[in-house]
Amino acid sequence: MVGESNNLAVEASGLTKVYGSGNTEVQALRGVDLSLARGEVIALLGPSGAGKSTLLTIVGLVNPPTAGRIMMEGKPVVSEDRFVVDVRTFRRRHMGFVFQKANLIPFLTAAENVRVAMEINDYSPRAARNRAMELLDYLGVADRADAYPNTLSGGQQQRVAVARALANSPSLVLADEPTAALDSVRGRQVMELFRKVAHEQKAAVMVVTHDHRALDVFDRALEMEDGLIRGTAVAVP
Amino acid sequence: MNLALKDIRHNFGRFALTSIGIGLLLMLVMGMGGIYRGLVDDATLLVNRINADLWVVQKNTRGPFAEVSRIPANAEDRVRAVPGVASSNDFVSHTIQREQAGRPLRMTVQGLSWPQDKGLWLPLIAGRRLEQAHFEMIADKSLGLPLGHRMALGKDTYTVVGLTRNMASTGGDSMVFVTLADSQAIQYDQSGEAVRMEREARKSRASDFDPGRVQPEILHRAAGPSSGIPALGPPPVSAVLVKVTPGADPAQVAATIASWPDVSVYTADAQRRLLVSGMVDKSRRQLGLFRGLLIIVSAIIMALILYTLTLDKIHDIAVLKLMGARNFVVINLILQQALLLGTIGYGIAYGVGQWVFPVFPRRVMIVDEDLWLLAGIVLGISVLASLLGIWRAMKVQPNEVIS
Repeated sequence: MVGESNNLAVEASGLTKVYGSGNTEVQALRGVDLSLARGEVIALLGPSGAGKSTLLTIVGLVNPPTAGRIMMEGKPVVSEDRFVVDVRTFRRRHMGFVFQKANLIPFLTAAENVRVAMEINDYSPRAARNRAMELLDYLGVADRADAYPNTLSGGQQQRVAVARALANSPSLVLADEPTAALDSVRGRQVMELFRKVAHEQKAAVMVVTHDHRALDVFDRALEMEDGLIRGTAVAVP
Repeated sequence: MNLALKDIRHNFGRFALTSIGIGLLLMLVMGMGGIYRGLVDDATLLVNRINADLWVVQKNTRGPFAEVSRIPANAEDRVRAVPGVASSNDFVSHTIQREQAGRPLRMTVQGLSWPQDKGLWLPLIAGRRLEQAHFEMIADKSLGLPLGHRMALGKDTYTVVGLTRNMASTGGDSMVFVTLADSQAIQYDQSGEAVRMEREARKSRASDFDPGRVQPEILHRAAGPSSGIPALGPPPVSAVLVKVTPGADPAQVAATIASWPDVSVYTADAQRRLLVSGMVDKSRRQLGLFRGLLIIVSAIIMALILYTLTLDKIHDIAVLKLMGARNFVVINLILQQALLLGTIGYGIAYGVGQWVFPVFPRRVMIVDEDLWLLAGIVLGISVLASLLGIWRAMKVQPNEVIS
């Protein structure tokens, strides 16, 4: 088991999510338990409708569960069907997101896309500028710092998105099919990037993916089905 | 980092075109206000410039600006004899239309009681005042007549000796100033044939009654010029302008003159009120309503533009929200763009207006008070218009990025 309880970035228990009611009721999560340690990178696998994205939005404090409990950084953040923290502040300070599409803001350059995440978190412009350049350099796209997203390749855009996700030194990075739009080589590079980030930046990384080719990159790979985590799909030594 | 400016920088062409569109729309609002002001100012221009204390006009009429007013020319002498009257002048004004270089030239001819009134109150921008009793004119610059230009009016030719600016009648026609006698000569000008026929008719009428038959001199006079017949007075004037002596009570002077059976008396304020509430009232209200409608249309167009600009960024706003951006970051993005659009639009309206308004056929009078008022309205419109975009931005959920 990676990490001890005081090193846990996320500790969720009994997460359920029900959409609709009566005849239209859909149970997306059926009591999911999940622990994620800092520095750990896990993959969340499963067919469409298994509940992966629902779990990601609940852990990402985007949607509340119908019931359950989530602790982050040792503090309760979700209790039953409501958030017990200011979710925007919490997301801003402790979380980073990466998606299938990079979702970079088109009117900002690569460096500005990274800076904006820090400036909305009250970094000074100078500190934000310096850290943005550090991160772009770390991810190998410093030479494209002044380029607008529409002039970047798919892989470069995802690297900038990862840099943005890491900008505020989050304890948790959530990625939803980040390699779906990339070829296998670039896809693997991005997955390896997550591993590097998790281990070097001491962030917990949870990646929802369908890509089984790069599972060796992850510390754990969890298989979801019908709203439950059925078990570990692959154990990586 | 200012997201509003970054967005504008990236989409500069679209923002510039939108600003120009808003600017031209605001220029119409500004111009409409200026036309409104110009209309009212033109209407009261003469009353203000002449600065008479009292206007003596034909009995039961509202004065020469509202309707035809004719009083005997000797009324001026009678008025001058009233205690408390410092000076009095005849007022004659009529509008004529001639052709100049193939285009119609419409002007209001204003008679000055020369030599008492040489037009010292006129705002000359070039040339000089009237220095002789006949055949000189001061013209408004908008007529396009240069100094020294000679123009035939009636049987005489007049030389432009001075130029004024923004002197227009209540109807918006540019003014020319000549002596009172010349003004009446122009107004009552008749062809030689008409004069001959009138003299023959007078001679015929005189020969049909006894004094004409027994007094050959009467028949002789009847066939001659009007001025030779004591029974025919000089042409009437439109009004008599009265200046009251310092210390005298204008109301008392007015009451004395108003007691005569052939005239009515108005103060300058009453003339102004009559002009604004009567003569130009409908145009004034029409322009006011149209201006109000234009403001509403501008507000709706701005709201739709800002809403569309917000919709274009709705995905980016969802990304910002997912990253944890506070509401004010998003509100600032929309509001700052709205204010910038309004400010730049206002600047364009003012700048283009300075260039375009002077070529309008009627005076467009832009005053500071109206500029400040419009600035306040544009500020209000910008804020109100952005509310629709802000409302949409507040509704967007961060999970729209994930889905």
